[in-house]
Amino acid sequence: MGDLGLFFAILGAALAALVAGAGSAKGVGMAGQAAAGVVTDQPDMFGRVLILQLLPGTQGIYGLLIAFVAMNNLGIIGGAPQQITLLKGLAYLGACLPMAIVGYISAINQAKAAVASIALVSKRPDQFGKSMLFPAMVETYAIFALLISILAINGVGAI
Amino acid sequence: MAVLSMKRVLVIGLRKDRKKILELLQRKGVMQIDISGSEGENEADDVFQKTDTAGIRATFEKNISLADHALGVLDAAAPPENAGGGLFSGREKMSLTDYETNSKKRDKIMDMVYNIQKMDKRRSEIAGEIPKVETQLESLVPWLDLPYPMDYEGSKFTRTFIGTLANEVPEEDILKNITTDAVAVDIISTSPEQTCVAVTCLREDQAATEEELRHMGFARPAVSGDTPDRQKEELSIKLEMLQSEDESLREKIASYAPHRDELRFVADHFRMRSDKYRVIGSLEQTDRVFILHGYVAERDSKKLEELLSSRYDCVVEFSDPAEDEEVPVLLKNNAYAAPVEGVVASYAMPAKGEIDPTFLAAIFYYFLFGMMLSDAAYGLIMVVGVAVVLKKYRDSMEAGMKKTLTMFQYAGVGTIFWGVMFGSYFGDLPAVIIRTFFNPSLPADFSLAVWCEPAIEPMTVLGFAFIIGIVHVFFGMGALAYTDIKQGKVLDAIYDVGFWYLLLIGAIGILLNTDMVGGMFGLHLNLPGSVMLVFEVLALIGAVGIVLFGGRESSNWGLRIGKGLYALYGISSYLSDILSYSRLLALGLATGVISSVFNSMAAMVAKPPVIGPILFALIVVIGHTLNLAINALGAYVHTNRLEYVEFFGKFYNGGGKPFEPFTENTKHYRVTE
Repeated sequence: MGDLGLFFAILGAALAALVAGAGSAKGVGMAGQAAAGVVTDQPDMFGRVLILQLLPGTQGIYGLLIAFVAMNNLGIIGGAPQQITLLKGLAYLGACLPMAIVGYISAINQAKAAVASIALVSKRPDQFGKSMLFPAMVETYAIFALLISILAINGVGAI
Repeated sequence: MAVLSMKRVLVIGLRKDRKKILELLQRKGVMQIDISGSEGENEADDVFQKTDTAGIRATFEKNISLADHALGVLDAAAPPENAGGGLFSGREKMSLTDYETNSKKRDKIMDMVYNIQKMDKRRSEIAGEIPKVETQLESLVPWLDLPYPMDYEGSKFTRTFIGTLANEVPEEDILKNITTDAVAVDIISTSPEQTCVAVTCLREDQAATEEELRHMGFARPAVSGDTPDRQKEELSIKLEMLQSEDESLREKIASYAPHRDELRFVADHFRMRSDKYRVIGSLEQTDRVFILHGYVAERDSKKLEELLSSRYDCVVEFSDPAEDEEVPVLLKNNAYAAPVEGVVASYAMPAKGEIDPTFLAAIFYYFLFGMMLSDAAYGLIMVVGVAVVLKKYRDSMEAGMKKTLTMFQYAGVGTIFWGVMFGSYFGDLPAVIIRTFFNPSLPADFSLAVWCEPAIEPMTVLGFAFIIGIVHVFFGMGALAYTDIKQGKVLDAIYDVGFWYLLLIGAIGILLNTDMVGGMFGLHLNLPGSVMLVFEVLALIGAVGIVLFGGRESSNWGLRIGKGLYALYGISSYLSDILSYSRLLALGLATGVISSVFNSMAAMVAKPPVIGPILFALIVVIGHTLNLAINALGAYVHTNRLEYVEFFGKFYNGGGKPFEPFTENTKHYRVTE
């Protein structure tokens, strides 16, 4: 049963990287299409729309971060996996879920805001400062999820 | 920390000096000129008229777009050499005498513009023609073996049908379908889609054979005219000529490269004139004099007056703007806060009666940014990098760009501070290097942190982040109280800020004493009852005050209390405001953990001699470049968010109009005296 615990823990780490990463991939893709559309007409907008395109990409990084912290705690990265109980493994899985799920949903919704902001910047280049804020509002929830996942993983590790 | 005080200014000058005065004002860029909405409408007045400049401005606008287009064409044909440096280097300076010499050449320069324009038009025609010729060449390919012209119909006694049959048809099949024996079938070419044939028969069999061929699906060819190989030759020559013409046009356009500066100049020249004529169009003038209204910052007023009256016969008068006038806003801050002006401007300029929040925002800005990026090495890179760029482009850089870069430099200082506190130098790179290359038995708790490492003691840093949040939010509320008191609304300050202070301080005290919240941060205060009583009383006074006065604009007491209760419910928004500061920890952790991800990846490949350290260095450089870029962006965006939402939300609405002086809105040159 000890192996099963490790399995669930790794499942959690993998889900954080996988689901949040998938959301970011989709989000950055959506924003990238909008950005490319703007650059066809206004090549000098490249720098600005690129930044907006990048904004939904952070969830993938946060997911990677959670996966890394979890695997580090489990000793997977050091090459000496710990034996953990089933309960502890499930706890790891649970700890990873906020980042996975909120990461996915927030990445896609942030991308929608980013697409709208890219349209805004294409018409009003002087409003770039504000346009960055709308997608950033969505990211707040990804940050909260990241925080809870990190705190939870640290907490579970101490059990 | 101030909104500059503005003066109304009235200039009355002689009409003969009109152009000179406007150009001088445009170069100085210190005065905002009123552009009335009814510009160019020639409102008939007994004394004053306005000039209609719409027509001439349309010409200027056309010239601007022609010159810009010609520049684009030239850049495509002959890319400018220093394309990369343009990001930081601003407009080039041009002396007044140079400007005047160049202005005289403007017709000559515009001729160049027209020339480039014409050549570009021809090039796009060629670009449309070439594919057409290529398609024609393509359609000739199956017919190349045909010895006759495409519309050959036969000799005196024979009749030849040239055309295609669908699919690949062998000669026997065609012969089988034709009844007469006196027939010759030449297969010119075959492909799975079609068979090109020339069928020759006697004149007398013409009708029958044609009918039989039609049954087989015989169709006339798409090409006509001369023999295919001759046609091919002609088309090839045509194609070559088009291509060489295109190339020579490109070269001709590229030969204008030495005149690139002149093209830039002429675009700017018309830009400035277009702006000038917009002002002229809204001037009130008689046959002899003109009148100019506008705003000028008080600090510039003396200078403006001296400048104008020393050179021209004119009257310059200043007056205070009327009470209800919407005065344009110009900010003035000290060196510490000025870089943050851009952040304030992109939120909103202060409305009438509001304070300039730049300095207040700056107090926290660099600190918050630093805590989110929190790596001493990254901070050093920012500080040094910006210093190098500022030095390199110190003459040519635009003021706005300089401010933005300086802001990042100061934010870099904050980043260094927090990096040192958290012991992060490229993340845990020092420890990783020691462990990998020198001493594998470095203890696991090796730390360079002056205070603590967020990854190890996240709750401590989280608690600290909340404290910063409380201070920041309280500061914002204090600013609201200050604004209220400055406007003489002392009671509002007490109702809207004072009671909230009491309630929040009381609530924080009570919460910290509970096992749940206090315990979370490892605090077990167990405050004595008397202290708790103080907190409770504070909270109670605050809460009662808010309920009583939160809805004070309603005269109906029932409604007023209801609104007051709703205002009290606003405490939940304070809670979420404070929780929002947890991003200080989260983003700091993100920088640190991603750094250590890259560092451990590098350490994994560092074992083999020679190649190992090289790979190690490569991964470290690439990884940290990426991490710095993405986290600096994150820190910038989220510092702005904390300032805009949590901080400005407490006291600052904005809505003022920015001061827009009549100035040189050019792209390439800046004319100076």
